[in-house]
Amino acid sequence: MIPLQLKVNGEPVAAEIEPATLLVELLRDQLGLTGTHVGCDTSQCGCCVVHVDGVALKSCTLLAISAQGSDVVTIEGLATGATLHPMQKAFHECHALQCGYCTPGMIMSAVALLERNPDPNEAEVREGLEGNLCRCTGYHNIVRAVLAAAAEMRGG
Amino acid sequence: MYPFEYVRPASVEEAIGLRRADAGAQWLAGGMTLLPSMKLRLAAPSQLIDLTDVEGLDEWSIGDEHIVLGSMSSHRRVAEADEVRTRIQALSTVAAGIGDPQVRNRGTLGGSIANNDPAADYPAALLGLGATIRTSQREISADEFFKDFFETVLEDDELVVAVSFPVPRRAAYLKFRTPGSRYALVGVMVAETRDGVRVAVTGAGPGVYRATQLETALAEDFRPEALVGLDMSPDGLNADMHGSPEYRAHLTGVLARRATAQAIACEN
Ligand SMILES: Cc1cc2nc3c(=O)[nH]c(=O)nc-3n(C[C@H](O)[C@H](O)[C@H](O)COP(=O)(O)OP(=O)(O)OC[C@H]3O[C@@H](n4cnc5c(N)ncnc54)[C@H](O)[C@@H]3O)c2cc1C
Ligand code: FES
Ligand code: FES
Repeated sequence: MIPLQLKVNGEPVAAEIEPATLLVELLRDQLGLTGTHVGCDTSQCGCCVVHVDGVALKSCTLLAISAQGSDVVTIEGLATGATLHPMQKAFHECHALQCGYCTPGMIMSAVALLERNPDPNEAEVREGLEGNLCRCTGYHNIVRAVLAAAAEMRGG
Repeated sequence: MYPFEYVRPASVEEAIGLRRADAGAQWLAGGMTLLPSMKLRLAAPSQLIDLTDVEGLDEWSIGDEHIVLGSMSSHRRVAEADEVRTRIQALSTVAAGIGDPQVRNRGTLGGSIANNDPAADYPAALLGLGATIRTSQREISADEFFKDFFETVLEDDELVVAVSFPVPRRAAYLKFRTPGSRYALVGVMVAETRDGVRVAVTGAGPGVYRATQLETALAEDFRPEALVGLDMSPDGLNADMHGSPEYRAHLTGVLARRATAQAIACEN
């Protein structure tokens, strides 16, 4: 076992892990943060996207030990109390989810996308979400939600 | 995944010492290929030697004739760097077109070329641009480096340290993506280098290769028209659910012509 220390959603966390423990396993199984989903487990679907030191990564394809000393943010860390993050709010308002399975990863990827490009056009949103698959919505409302959140976050 | 040991050396020497002490060990770079292979039990290393903290592997040196990129450079860093784009735009295109944003945030140049997936993008970039691979032991030309299906000339205890790319007169890379995986069904790098014209093809065959027939035609006349009517042979090309050898041969010609036109249009 290896001792691991990191921050998750702003809180310091200490855990004992095997070298083979994936970040998503640490989050879901040890920390009970089940908002981060596993859709494919083969790095394709993006359900498991979290931010590690501000960078969006697929947590099913990252060893937990690689996050040693890092600042990890999951979907549970986006809202402030009962106030949803603008991206969460936009997904709700634009009907950007049906079953909701892909939603946490979509939102984490979308938030990372806006951090790099606060004013994307539709094509840039679609490109930026290439690593996230949704089997329900047809993507249209997801793209609308990201554009709406971008406008709100820019104060428009 | 089967259990394994995990170590995080700080220098190339230390990394190599660890590798020599354990025949079952493997280097871990971005893990975007290795970790999925371990989950599928296609790989079962006894030890992962994480290269994240190894000094020097993320260093760059940018000149007017060559740019040298450390093996741990992420695809994102290469794709976004102005100093790469202004010298070798085709290389930015290669890096920006790999996988998806999360894969590019994590995957590395060294991991990609050591893996030598027959449909990967960087092998075509290195072979097409005539790059040189600097390892912990020697310098290897791209012509020698890529051997066969997932095979390179790297020794077990040899580490890719950096890649040196000569700045071409003009070059362009185009790939026809397999929509599911985003790997190249066929990808073609066309480059007019200081040492002549080079055309490298990925995705079409069992490994990256140079299309010498196209190179000869372009050396005489660097225009897409020079390639019209040159029928690529489907012999030895891949057949799978995504396309037949004949389709891949055809795509190679189409992409080579388009890449030539693009290289002329955005000469740098
Ligand atoms: C969903 C998805 C889509 C992808 N799409 C594409 C694509 O479109 N085009 C494309 O080209 N690739 C694609 N890839 C692969 C991606 O580019 C990987 O990042 C790359 O192939 C491996 O790089 P890595 O740093 O992740 O290496 P790792 O997975 O860490 O290592 C790969 C292999 O290289 C060895 N290795 C690593 N570093 C070194 C070194 N410095 N010296 C010697 N050996 C080393 C390792 O031991 C291992 O055997 C995709 C991957 C995924 C998951
Ligand atoms: S579960 Fe990680 S990419 Fe699908
Ligand atoms: S809402 Fe069901 S997978 Fe996206």
